[in-house]
Amino acid sequence: MNFFEELKRGRFVIAECTRCHKAVWPPNDFCRFCFGDVLWRDVKEPGILVECSAKDGKKFGIVEFEGTIRVIGTISDNSEITPGKKMRVDQCGYDSTPRFTFSAA
Amino acid sequence: MNRVGIAGYCTTKFSVDDTQIENSLLSATKMLFENTENLTQKDIDAVLVSTNENKKYLSAIVSEMNGISPKISHNIESLCNSGTNSIVSAFSYIMSGLAEVALVVGAERFDSPGQVLEWDASRGEFRHPIFWASMFTKAHKRKFGTTDEHLAYVSAKNHKNATNNPAAYNPKRYTVEEIMNSKRLTDDLRLLDCSRPCTGSSSILLASEDVIRKYTDSPVWIEGIGQKTTSASFTNNDLTKLESTVDAASQAYGMSKISPEQIDVAEIHDAFTICELMILEDLGIVKKGMAGKYVIDMYDTEDKKINPRGGLIGAGHPLGATGVAQIAEVATQIQARAGRRQIEGAKVGLVHNMSAAATSSTVLVLKS
Repeated sequence: MNFFEELKRGRFVIAECTRCHKAVWPPNDFCRFCFGDVLWRDVKEPGILVECSAKDGKKFGIVEFEGTIRVIGTISDNSEITPGKKMRVDQCGYDSTPRFTFSAA
Repeated sequence: MNRVGIAGYCTTKFSVDDTQIENSLLSATKMLFENTENLTQKDIDAVLVSTNENKKYLSAIVSEMNGISPKISHNIESLCNSGTNSIVSAFSYIMSGLAEVALVVGAERFDSPGQVLEWDASRGEFRHPIFWASMFTKAHKRKFGTTDEHLAYVSAKNHKNATNNPAAYNPKRYTVEEIMNSKRLTDDLRLLDCSRPCTGSSSILLASEDVIRKYTDSPVWIEGIGQKTTSASFTNNDLTKLESTVDAASQAYGMSKISPEQIDVAEIHDAFTICELMILEDLGIVKKGMAGKYVIDMYDTEDKKINPRGGLIGAGHPLGATGVAQIAEVATQIQARAGRRQIEGAKVGLVHNMSAAATSSTVLVLKS
């Protein structure tokens, strides 16, 4: 299992160190804190919106999970959202790049 | 301690020409030989090439085509701050005694592969720099009340400055209104808030204090160097503070024993208008949140202290050449050779060059 394989299956997984138990991000096969081995698991939701903007009416933003894992994705929610809002992963996948869609939790 | 100084420099005309990278590099080195008194090929101990182009062995090619057989020869790639990274490497070779004279040449094409960091999975499908720049802009607006007008003044000032820079890609004045009405790219940034990737090259000759006066009577000394890499992926960033810039500036100020108030001229990495505001604040030139007003004042008073050649927005952004061209500009200013864009009495200069949403920064302090 790894981040890209699972993303292609529609699962957002992250690495957790088996030694120091920290979440490892960006995705890596070993822990960047202690070089321990990692296990892959589902990311814990909800995340928190850090910032957002829009292009051609399509919102995008940074969502932070578990206080440390930040990714940029599309925001499908058309309501007014501001940083600090709880967010969930609507969809994720891989089509030449990772793709994430979030909405308000 | 031996000092390292700038013995010569040149910058070619920036364009969107479909020029092979080798030819672009060679244009800058030929001009350097023509512009630098008493320089011969056998003087050069090190040849360093700065580019993001995916080509092999460019430093050896540049060496051979210029008739140089250097001891040290290699390429340096670090996205947008490849140029200042190359200068720091050349400085280090000279300070260590491995070289007395080093030639650094940077070049890029308008279609550079260095514009996107494909590795960064955390950017998702939003890979283009416009997306991180929009995040910076929106966060700065929320925290400090920065407006679209503040941003537009950065662009207006730098485009205006570029009209006195013969190397600028497309020197043209724009009004604040024209900038604020230019094509909207995102909710927070418009076309004229952005620097434009282009084709161009720039070269610098560095030499030790022992030999530099063979080439120039007015060397410009590299007195301070600071570098910091905080990450490669964008999403580790604080969105309202360029942490790598703060750290690099602190190092450079400490090494040169210079404080921000003593800077007479600076070239800073305005990849987007928001970057200039954040850099001014994080270099300590203005307090946090005050850069917008500072830039308006500079525009209204014709103060060219910041980005006198037009910066990246006014002059264009050939990635691997940018840091080298920034240093060439500050050296030109300190030598009082900048003509219509000259800042009177400039003695202390600063160069700020960064990569990938300021995940790494270089700050240099130059003195007469």
